[in-house]
Amino acid sequence: MEKKVLFKYIDFPEQANINIYLSHGGYQAWEKTLKNMSPAAVIDEIKKSGLRGRGGAGFPTGLKWSFVPKDNSKPRYLIGNADESEPGTCKDRVLMEHDPHAIVEGMAIAAFAIGSHQAFCYVRGEFVRPAHLMEKAIEEAYAKGFLGNDILGTGYNLNMTVHTGGGAYICGEETALLNSLEGKRGMSRLRPPFPAIEGLYLCPTVVNNVETLAAVPLIINNGAEWYASMGTDKSKGTKIFSLSGHIKRPGNYELELGTPLSYLINDLGGGVPDGHNMKAIIPGGSSTPFGSMLGSGAVIVINDQTCMVWVIERLIHFYRHESCGECTPCREGTAWLEQLIERLEKGKGRPGDLEKIDSICDNILGRTICPLGDAAVMPIQSALKLFREEFQYHIDNKRCLVKSEFVFK
Amino acid sequence: MILNDISIAKIRQKMICYTVRKSAILPALTVACRQVGHLNNEIYREISVILEIPYLEVAEAASFYTMFPKKPVGRHLIQVCHNISCALLGADSLISYLEEKLGIKKGETSPDNLFTLISVECLGSCTSAPMIQIDDKYYELLTREKIDRILDDLKESSLNGKESSF
Ligand SMILES: Cc1cc2nc3c(=O)[nH]c(=O)nc-3n(C[C@H](O)[C@H](O)[C@H](O)COP(=O)(O)O)c2cc1C
Ligand code: SF4
Ligand code: FES
Repeated sequence: MEKKVLFKYIDFPEQANINIYLSHGGYQAWEKTLKNMSPAAVIDEIKKSGLRGRGGAGFPTGLKWSFVPKDNSKPRYLIGNADESEPGTCKDRVLMEHDPHAIVEGMAIAAFAIGSHQAFCYVRGEFVRPAHLMEKAIEEAYAKGFLGNDILGTGYNLNMTVHTGGGAYICGEETALLNSLEGKRGMSRLRPPFPAIEGLYLCPTVVNNVETLAAVPLIINNGAEWYASMGTDKSKGTKIFSLSGHIKRPGNYELELGTPLSYLINDLGGGVPDGHNMKAIIPGGSSTPFGSMLGSGAVIVINDQTCMVWVIERLIHFYRHESCGECTPCREGTAWLEQLIERLEKGKGRPGDLEKIDSICDNILGRTICPLGDAAVMPIQSALKLFREEFQYHIDNKRCLVKSEFVFK
Repeated sequence: MILNDISIAKIRQKMICYTVRKSAILPALTVACRQVGHLNNEIYREISVILEIPYLEVAEAASFYTMFPKKPVGRHLIQVCHNISCALLGADSLISYLEEKLGIKKGETSPDNLFTLISVECLGSCTSAPMIQIDDKYYELLTREKIDRILDDLKESSLNGKESSF
């Protein structure tokens, strides 16, 4: 069953309007936080809820917040990550368009928990409308006194700003995002130091995905136990999955973690259309091991009319294009891989190419500054393992085993 | 000056959101690109004057971000997502269809300077594939019929001098 917690009001007309949001209990969690809770109590509650990051890496959210030093006099920053550029992922956009105040409220509570007075929401540049709706929500929140100075008479100050990006996937990676927000090229930083210690302007900073942040007011309102009662032992709560590709009913579905993938694909998604069978699934999430279900929540379904070399060509093209170029294995490796795989797909592959691809992959894996390099490699390795004969077929027969000829209607 | 008063005012408004002026580069580039349609060295220079930071810092940042065209484009920039979810639902044939309808190849601008056609990576609308972005707006779950209508509407509105907004 779908478990609509984040999505409870997603189809409610004008949920983006602060008055409607308020009529659904909006900003009660923020008021409760400010008036009745200490930052430590908020962090504790989030820790107990078991909430983990929804941006890909799945890091425990409360724990991340607790890394921010308490004895540091520097300003602290809270950043909502809405760069959403992982192929197959489009859940943050839905939240921003239909329930932006949930994100604003979650960002406010998170900022309070780490003692931050300035929050930024980094929205990918192409998302003009979602960014506009976030800006509008923030304006409304200021007007009602939920943001700004002396919020609700508690003396707490918090400013919030939407910052739009420039069309680079890498800027979703948190340290590249920080550089981008500082007005530099969006290149990843070496860690340590971690952003919690030296982030934006070298000040303590927490970066959270906006879906993670949207869950925070719900946890404050309903309690950690309520949240932890959903999901599995290891992965608590709910998560939004973006179901796309060869599927009858594509869309964003919120599920309790631990729900079988087959339920999402067959029961909710209606399975593969046009009488074809499923050949493969690409789960999304650069920072997670390939094949694991969580990640960023992308589930891309591929039917049996699809050439896997063609699929991999698309993906490596993407990663090569998005490599920020900072480290050699990723910059050079993705370029080589793209050349080799393109050649293969064109029927010009040569004996030994697959071994060459294997070895380039090995040389990238684990040797890069940020996980983009690994992300580029993992689908290739996985496809070479599961569909090796299809790759070999391209070399032996100079063409595809199955032709991916998809025509839009 | 290329940037008009409205853009300059918008950039100044953005500036006050940041304690470090350099952070306003990306917002400033966004404002400039929305006005002009593309970016160039002269625009970087003007932004560097407004933000009071070195020209090179603006130019360097701008060069990294592919979303901003660095050469003039047609009145409407059509960006087709060719990434995997869209490709599985016919993005390549969608590009061919647009090429045919506009009489240009990917990467080109139509002779009437109305449309530039390019293909881009995932736009975060994968569950509504295939999709395109024209200027600021997303067009999703596309069919031939929808494309025909969208192009007709844009041609008509540019004849009337009316601009679409999201
Ligand atoms: C290449 C790359 C791209 C990423 N893109 C995003 C993104 O678009 N949105 C996001 O929230 N996290 C993204 N991440 C993960 C972030 O680095 C970071 O882990 C996350 O924002 C932390 O938030 P969370 O703890 O709430 O998940 C990306 C990571 C990598 C390596
Ligand atoms: S792995 Fe790739 S994207 Fe990440 S820092 Fe290195 S070159 Fe840049
Ligand atoms: S793959 Fe086309 S919008 Fe994501």
